[in-house]
Amino acid sequence: MSVDKETVKRVARLARIAVTDEEAASLQGELNTILGFVEQLNEVDVTGIEPMIAVIAMQPRMREDAVNDGGKAADIVANAPVREGNFFVVPKVVE
Amino acid sequence: MSGITDLTIAEIRDGLGRKQFSAVELAKGYLANMEKARALNAYVAETPEKALAMAAESDKRIAAGTARALEGVPLGIKDLFCTEGVHSQAASHILDGFKPVYESTVTANLWRDGAVMLGKLNMDEFAMGSSNETSYYGPVTNPWRSRNSNAPLVPGGSSGGSAAAVAARLCAGATATDTGGSIRQPAAFTGTVGIKPTYGRCSRWGIVAFASSLDQAGPIARDVRDAAILLKSMASVDPKDTTSVDVPVPDYEAALGQGVKGLRIGLPKEYRLDGMPAEIEKLWEQGKEWLKDAGAELVDISLPHTKYALPAYYIVAPAEASSNLARYDGVRYGLRVPGDDVIAMYENTRAAGFGKEVRRRILIGTYVLSAGYYDAYYIRAQKVRALIKRDFDLAFEAGIDAILTPATPSAAFGLAAMATASPIEMYLNDIFTVTVNMAGLPGIAVPAGLTGDGLPLGLQLIGRPFDEAMLFRAGEVIEQAAGRFPVSEKWWA
Repeated sequence: MSVDKETVKRVARLARIAVTDEEAASLQGELNTILGFVEQLNEVDVTGIEPMIAVIAMQPRMREDAVNDGGKAADIVANAPVREGNFFVVPKVVE
Repeated sequence: MSGITDLTIAEIRDGLGRKQFSAVELAKGYLANMEKARALNAYVAETPEKALAMAAESDKRIAAGTARALEGVPLGIKDLFCTEGVHSQAASHILDGFKPVYESTVTANLWRDGAVMLGKLNMDEFAMGSSNETSYYGPVTNPWRSRNSNAPLVPGGSSGGSAAAVAARLCAGATATDTGGSIRQPAAFTGTVGIKPTYGRCSRWGIVAFASSLDQAGPIARDVRDAAILLKSMASVDPKDTTSVDVPVPDYEAALGQGVKGLRIGLPKEYRLDGMPAEIEKLWEQGKEWLKDAGAELVDISLPHTKYALPAYYIVAPAEASSNLARYDGVRYGLRVPGDDVIAMYENTRAAGFGKEVRRRILIGTYVLSAGYYDAYYIRAQKVRALIKRDFDLAFEAGIDAILTPATPSAAFGLAAMATASPIEMYLNDIFTVTVNMAGLPGIAVPAGLTGDGLPLGLQLIGRPFDEAMLFRAGEVIEQAAGRFPVSEKWWA
């Protein structure tokens, strides 16, 4: 499979990364190189093989369903590029 | 001339215990080395005040007879680890100014045991790279140079700052992380020892995530014993990382000196690549001889899905990265670039904040996870991954104790030498290491020789899950046979 320039732009949109026309053209080549490289996986017979879920098989640990952290609003917004009090500030999203 | 900063961690432990020098003197020695080595660009942030305060506390503890396991040992920390109030930016522009209000579990474990922080180490951006050239802070220069050449070489990556700093005596040991070879490849390029433990051995909490099912923290150190000492402190089960494993952390140092007599060492035929440089081939043969001379039994084995590990990795790792890196949105931390609306703000921030390699991987990951392609790419890659792991399971079930391979397909290459290469050529650096991450196994790189040009080369040992002790044992045998590989000339100082 290979991607065209429009697909690169669509994927960039999904990934929320702005790309110029020029960047899309060079990314198209790079992405196709990588997709060409991974194509060899089609040689492998994976009939009846379950996809790997966890690399080390183990029982998930249970924990008590209790609040054990919190009340740190100031810490949470401490690194925000724009904030007001204990709120993150974003461009207007609702008219 | 041998100075205080040439001591290994084991020697520091003895020297501090005997009061031959103080922890403050030791920290000052390293801080002086760091100041003279800025041209290597190994550190992205130095924390001298913190180092001296921590060292002073260590001296108090030593005087009071309450020294801890790593008391006074000066360490460098990869910029991927969150350290409270200190630069933690994964060497990315998008995390500009980020200072966490919390501490990663691995670094917290090291400070609990008395280690001293010297600063944060350079790396490939978000750990994506094999040469430390994708860092927002510029490349790291390898302290090693070819004989008769002053051309700068890469230290490998992504933990290039960690490896260079350990080799150049800019820290006694360093933390690093390994998603596809990022501890073992730079260790091999710098004549240092690096171990990627079993997935789940170290907590990932507080380490900036790249590919969560592959990422593991581990140490880079001067020798095998130091790596064993550091891993003992770094490893723990952690309620904050549900993939960390509740298996007791053994005393790895106690495994040293046990040798390899009677052990079965597997030699996978698939690691003999077409066109493999003769020097790598020779190194591997030499490693086999050393282990055989020490009483190990060499066994030819087959890991038939080896060649599919790298392509499967380049689906799984970018897919996980595209999800993990979705959090960098210009809202909660780091860089924000304005836009006409919220989506434009996200797009502009991420276009400016991520470097080229990171953007490329996010796009690949987004593509292979997108509707219509998920089964063809991601699910197929995870099935192939299951087969890669099964290859190893079968070898270990057949009685193999550890597997010996080369660590890298070449020695360190020139800075910018791969600038015009295709992404795949750079990815091939990880051809011997990436299988280990795909199978979640432990792997250690131990320096084993020099090329004709005088550059270090490493061998890799791969072990059973949670049998890091075996890797230290067998690694020590190689180390004793090969000797040590300190950088011969401190040309930067």
